[in-house]
Amino acid sequence: MTHHPDQSLPGSRQSSILGSILGRSDARRTGAGRVVGLAALAAVVALLPLLLPNAFYFDVAIRIAILAVNGIALNLLMGYTGQISLGHAGFFGLGAYGSAVLTTHFGWTPLPALLAAAGLTAVIAWGVARVILRLRGHYLAMATLGLGIIISIVLGNEAAWTGGPDGMPVDGFSLFGLTLSGERQWYWVFGGLLIGTVVLAQNLIDSPAGRALQALHGSETAASVAGIDVGRRKIAVFVLSATVSAMLGSLSAHYSGYINPGIAGFLQSVELVIIVVLGGMASIYGSIFGAVVMGLLPQILAGYEGWDSVLFGVILVVTMIFLPRGVVPSLATRLRSARLAGKGGAAC
Amino acid sequence: MRFFKLMVGVVCALAIGVPALPAPAADPVKVGAVLSLTGGASSLGDPELKTLEMMVDQTNKAGGLLGRPVELVHYDDGSEPGKANVLAKRLIEDDKVDMLIGGTTTGASMAMYPLVERAQVPFISLAGALVIVEPVKRWMFKPAHHDRMVGQRVMLDMKARGYTSIAMLSDTSGFGQSARKEMLNVAQKVGVTVAVDETFNPKDTDVTTQLAKIKNAPGVQALFVVTFGQGAVVVTKNIAQLGIELPHYETSGVATREYIRLAGPAAEGVRLPAPVLMVAADLPDSDPLKKLSVDYVREYESRYKTDVSSFGAYARDAWHIWVNAVTLAKSVDKAKVRDFIENTTGLPGTSGMINMSPQDHLGLDISALKIVTVRNGKFAIAD
Amino acid sequence: MLPELLQFILSGMTLGAMYMLSALGFSMIYNASGVINFAQGEFIMAGGMAASFLSAAGVPLPLACVAGVMIAGLVGGLVERLAVAPARDAAVASIIIITIGVSMILRGLTEILLGKRPYALPHFSGEAPLALRGATILPQSLWVLAAGALIVLGLSLFFGRTRIGKGMLATSYDRLAAQLVGVDVRRVLTLSFALSAAIGAVGGVVIAPISTVAYDTGMMLGLKGFVAATLGGLGSGPGAVFGGLFLGLIEALTAGYVSSAYKDAVPFILVFIVLVLRPQGLLGAKPTDRI
Repeated sequence: MTHHPDQSLPGSRQSSILGSILGRSDARRTGAGRVVGLAALAAVVALLPLLLPNAFYFDVAIRIAILAVNGIALNLLMGYTGQISLGHAGFFGLGAYGSAVLTTHFGWTPLPALLAAAGLTAVIAWGVARVILRLRGHYLAMATLGLGIIISIVLGNEAAWTGGPDGMPVDGFSLFGLTLSGERQWYWVFGGLLIGTVVLAQNLIDSPAGRALQALHGSETAASVAGIDVGRRKIAVFVLSATVSAMLGSLSAHYSGYINPGIAGFLQSVELVIIVVLGGMASIYGSIFGAVVMGLLPQILAGYEGWDSVLFGVILVVTMIFLPRGVVPSLATRLRSARLAGKGGAAC
Repeated sequence: MRFFKLMVGVVCALAIGVPALPAPAADPVKVGAVLSLTGGASSLGDPELKTLEMMVDQTNKAGGLLGRPVELVHYDDGSEPGKANVLAKRLIEDDKVDMLIGGTTTGASMAMYPLVERAQVPFISLAGALVIVEPVKRWMFKPAHHDRMVGQRVMLDMKARGYTSIAMLSDTSGFGQSARKEMLNVAQKVGVTVAVDETFNPKDTDVTTQLAKIKNAPGVQALFVVTFGQGAVVVTKNIAQLGIELPHYETSGVATREYIRLAGPAAEGVRLPAPVLMVAADLPDSDPLKKLSVDYVREYESRYKTDVSSFGAYARDAWHIWVNAVTLAKSVDKAKVRDFIENTTGLPGTSGMINMSPQDHLGLDISALKIVTVRNGKFAIAD
Repeated sequence: MLPELLQFILSGMTLGAMYMLSALGFSMIYNASGVINFAQGEFIMAGGMAASFLSAAGVPLPLACVAGVMIAGLVGGLVERLAVAPARDAAVASIIIITIGVSMILRGLTEILLGKRPYALPHFSGEAPLALRGATILPQSLWVLAAGALIVLGLSLFFGRTRIGKGMLATSYDRLAAQLVGVDVRRVLTLSFALSAAIGAVGGVVIAPISTVAYDTGMMLGLKGFVAATLGGLGSGPGAVFGGLFLGLIEALTAGYVSSAYKDAVPFILVFIVLVLRPQGLLGAKPTDRI
């Protein structure tokens, strides 16, 4: 396959704050920047409810958080190992349906169901990863696309368990006798989950394993030569990414109260890829940005039927032409070079 | 576009540090609709929206409702139930509608219902499955026959004509699969054996494989195709291609003139249960359903220059059920309107005479489903 | 041969010819630019819709068909110039997103311009089915098969005999080297999109009488084309032909003998197995990593 130089080499050239926003800066300089980035995110999550007038806006915010967590999970895979996945929504769907089936048909309580569904998804992801991660580029894309579609077809066909294409209801989430209800309570769950995911992703990226991951994306051959067990690392990230999505799927199934096979479908997987690429591969805050765009745009464009699809397409095309590395990394690089120029063009 | 304005408001507020001002209370009565205007079910959602827009115009021209104008706020769920859930929340919480119509598909309606029940808004679903009204859901109603009735009507016709061993070909959409389940139940009760049970994807461009199996299956006396829209056209053409002579039944989902136009001569002789609407012109003048059906067809076709379908007619009936309840309640109070909808009695519609009760949120009986057949490129009451 | 089996094979071949045309478009663009074009299905749809619309508006059928193909080809070329070329240096994933954006634009514009209702073209030579040893085939299916065969033949001549065709091949092997020996790489890339779109559109036009066409019929055909192209080996012409026909046959035979409920899953299970056993597809060349 054609290899573009731009795709690789996540740089270690960003300074602290920008670096934290890009989520991939030098270990020596990350400390302060990471804290600033996280604090900013936490502040937004904490203060946003003051601006949200009603439950619908809370719902939009929650769905953005769900997309963001899912996007970050996928970005760990796509951004840091360079593995494209066009079937990631399948894992989200497995988690959602795992929880729904276990609580509805077997009378499990939500927490064990969530853990069981996540465990099952991890096992499936592990089995699949061992086989398909040997594939490269578009062949891997095809295999993951197929995996996602197979999952959604099975969910649609096994109507006795899943309610078929029309979907099935899911009870609310309760733990120790307390039941989460309403958008305002769920908001804090997903808001917290988002912050937790960001912390987890940052720690992972800055760990020795994370450095190995980034090396993979740079050059797999070089990484192997340097003694990094390429295969094992890729499988580990794939399983982690799938498991996070599955747990998220479980929670969001309990939140929305009704699920159907569409949540595991191709369009959902594509949406996640758009979030990752639009925001910027290998950029944690980029994925959050992508999620905000993907969460808000359909709501803003709703009501312009027909044109919504056109406008959405135009936005994707224009963004990718002018900010080809994704919005956050491209803008950050520009800001940085503008600042360097301001300092009298100091050397890189 | 309250949402958009509000977003702009939020941005401005952030810029100047003033909280966004709430929008002024709306004067018109607001009806919210979530319909599938794109995606797999768009052939259903499109006539539904057209009809609702026509109804709003008619109501406003006639002086509105309780002296207030009526406003329709509608969103497209893209045939994805997950989106319908968000959009219903938006209609309820942000647009603050007084009632909800829609859920073109059963999946969408069911995804919307948990919110509807929590917010206590009267909700009339346009979807087809039994699950919408059984078990009865306090805030949800349905203006069109459900799939079990459609199945009963077809199976009774088959039984009457002496077909006891049939083949069934259903699509893999929510509509097809929910209906398939009901049809299998009904067949067992009525004493019809489903000897061949095949499925196809409504997006398939060729179904001759499944049909060849049906053609060669021994003892099959009739074929029942459970689908809607483009899928039905492909199947019907393939049946003609293979020269299958079995009596061919479809569901009320293909009761559109577009089906006849696209399937052409291959549609001749197809039998299906259809709401009164499709054969209204053939009814005696004394029939209370005749005039309103004929009027609806004429107005729709002259306004949109396109063929009428039963799905649009469901939206028409949903509208009239609501208007009737509001008029009787002399209020748009949600709980009151719900009670009056539940007690709708003797209201003529395009699917039959509607008589609802707390045990029955459909209010139609099977007699209003006519078995029609395609004769000379038109629907006609079958003998 | 059993009439039933023959019928399955005939419908499988018709389907397969359709998938083949879609797959050829994928492979051609992939070869020239390394891009998986997710708008390929929309090119098929655009051809079918344009021809059907013109035909419905009273344009004679042959003219409407030719115009439909040309319109789609033009759209393909424009897409390359306006959306793909400006992002030439972007990563592959970014270009994939661009093609997804393009597919949304094309679908939306078609919906706005031509509406949502499905169109059907008249059958090219009547609807009376031809009988063949107990099985039947529509004359239109023969048109589909013939169109597929002609395009394969035309393409092999194009790549083997013409200068620009050889230039396209050269570009797919090594873009820089091709440029150095005087191939106008920009023109080759635009042409690859125009040609892929036109080939897809031929498929859209010949299948429209059988299956009807609407603004949203592209995605399914595009996806199947991607599967077929991958099965055969991305970028391989014979691979696309083989992959398309194989996929059509397998689908029909699964629906016929195994389970019609899982027939849509079969292509994906199949591609999974094939890729595991032969990661470069059935007829593809083994990829090497450039260091």
